[in-house]
Amino acid sequence: MSDQDYVNLINGSYVVAAVLFIVGLMLLRTPATARYGNRLAALAMLIAAGVTLLDRNIIEFEFIIGGVIVGSVIGVVLARTVKMTAMPQMVAVFNAFGGGASALLAGSEFIRLANAGEVREDVAATIMLATAIGALTLTGSLVAAGKLMGWVTQNPIIFPLRNVVSALIGVLIVAIGVILVVDPIDNQLAFAALAGLALLLGVLLVTPIGGADMPVVVALFNSYSGLAGAATGFALENNILIIAGALVGASGLILTRIMTRAMNRSLANVMFGGFGASGTEVADVDGEVRPYRSVQPQDAALMLGYAGSVIFVPGYGLAVAQAQHELRTLADMLQARGVDVKYAIHPVAGRMPGHMNVLLAEADVPYDQLYDLDHINRDFDQADVALVVGANDVVNPAARDREGSPIYGMPILNADHAKSVIVLKRSMASGFAGIDNDLFYLDRTSMLFGDAKKSVASLVSEIEDL
Amino acid sequence: MIESLILSLTVFALAMFVGHSVITKVPPTLHTPLMSGTNAISGIVIVGALVAAGMTDSALSQGLATAAVVLATINVVGGFLVTDKMLRMFRRRERPDRAK
Repeated sequence: MSDQDYVNLINGSYVVAAVLFIVGLMLLRTPATARYGNRLAALAMLIAAGVTLLDRNIIEFEFIIGGVIVGSVIGVVLARTVKMTAMPQMVAVFNAFGGGASALLAGSEFIRLANAGEVREDVAATIMLATAIGALTLTGSLVAAGKLMGWVTQNPIIFPLRNVVSALIGVLIVAIGVILVVDPIDNQLAFAALAGLALLLGVLLVTPIGGADMPVVVALFNSYSGLAGAATGFALENNILIIAGALVGASGLILTRIMTRAMNRSLANVMFGGFGASGTEVADVDGEVRPYRSVQPQDAALMLGYAGSVIFVPGYGLAVAQAQHELRTLADMLQARGVDVKYAIHPVAGRMPGHMNVLLAEADVPYDQLYDLDHINRDFDQADVALVVGANDVVNPAARDREGSPIYGMPILNADHAKSVIVLKRSMASGFAGIDNDLFYLDRTSMLFGDAKKSVASLVSEIEDL
Repeated sequence: MIESLILSLTVFALAMFVGHSVITKVPPTLHTPLMSGTNAISGIVIVGALVAAGMTDSALSQGLATAAVVLATINVVGGFLVTDKMLRMFRRRERPDRAK
């Protein structure tokens, strides 16, 4: 084969890979086909990477083989050992690596071209873009992962003029980028400065954001890791990088929008608002002690056991208490008694988009019992019991009814529309937003206090005795 | 140079639209596997990194590319494996004890 034949073969296989990536993502449309879709995407990657090795520019394979072996071992170990509760930080770390890989590749390309003395302006410009996005994704995602793991304080780290400092660094990055586009040769120090400033910017952007907003940050950097790859594709004039990067970029942007909508916030507010540090309107109905009704497990079990339909509303408190399996046992027992059981999942129920669904799937809850906000809210009107486990703000009617409340306008699950409500909670303490929850004081609401796992387990044993 | 840039931009714009229309059909239940799966797909930079790590023009360039190979491989291998691990857990309601 001539060199051109190899080029055609490689580019042809990239077309196949691009199609398979898209078909694979299309198969994520239902849980039944999703696994096949993921494998198709993996096959696409194998084809693309495998055929790339035929590239005639490759002179030696030692570093390639070594790199692939090291990366594979780390990848397998990470995937094998990760707990489902730790998926958000896992994805954050992968976002970091994706961004880092793009930045490193862009840097490698820049140095090689500069040494050869020929860097086209458009190539230089896209290399700077890929380096900047990739580098800030690397550090920003690592800080986000650190916050999710509790290694970095969950609290927003706020310092005066932080947004001004970030903006100045951004301007500096652009300025150095322009210098490098105009004068790319023998300018490695400037390039290192650009990469270093972008790394710093990633840290500065994420440290002021509170731990509860990490789902948005992770989704956003998911997008950036794709866009960094696409920018690298511009520099290398490689369509598969551009296509795959754009697919990932689009996915991350959509998920970011879904999360900010579910929190009723703007992206700008999440990124630059310093939420939780502003100290606005946290005190709600202060001082006043409102009456509420607490209930014993046997009474709650009676309500559940003789109900026609029950909707579970799990929040992250469920995962913190590791009570998913107990909840599934409860659902099984109720269904054996002929009770219709559904799970209502709010988009921010977990620590990342779709996280609660994975945690419940791990506990063997069938996915066709899981309903999202839009598909369950009307069912609460007919439900006999809404069982709220470890959720708070996402069922607070103030979001719907109380204008001026900090969470007003946030889409919520209408648990208060059920004929009766049972809330499993440790105490009457308020949720993340620091506001009182009117749901807890309704006449038809019963509070069952205690650790979620123990409470659900006691419900299970009470229902056994019915 | 402008021709190739415009060609790249065309591909990028079209792929963003395809991505948008495909991703909006993914149900919220699968959003976490979607994120880890796209993590793996963003490891596609491995194809560029493989070539760059095999070129010997500059030691620094080759070193950076090798580091890129490592990170991208972690993304690809770890991302697809963990996505598969999650998707394996998603089951339909069809256990015998529920049939009655």
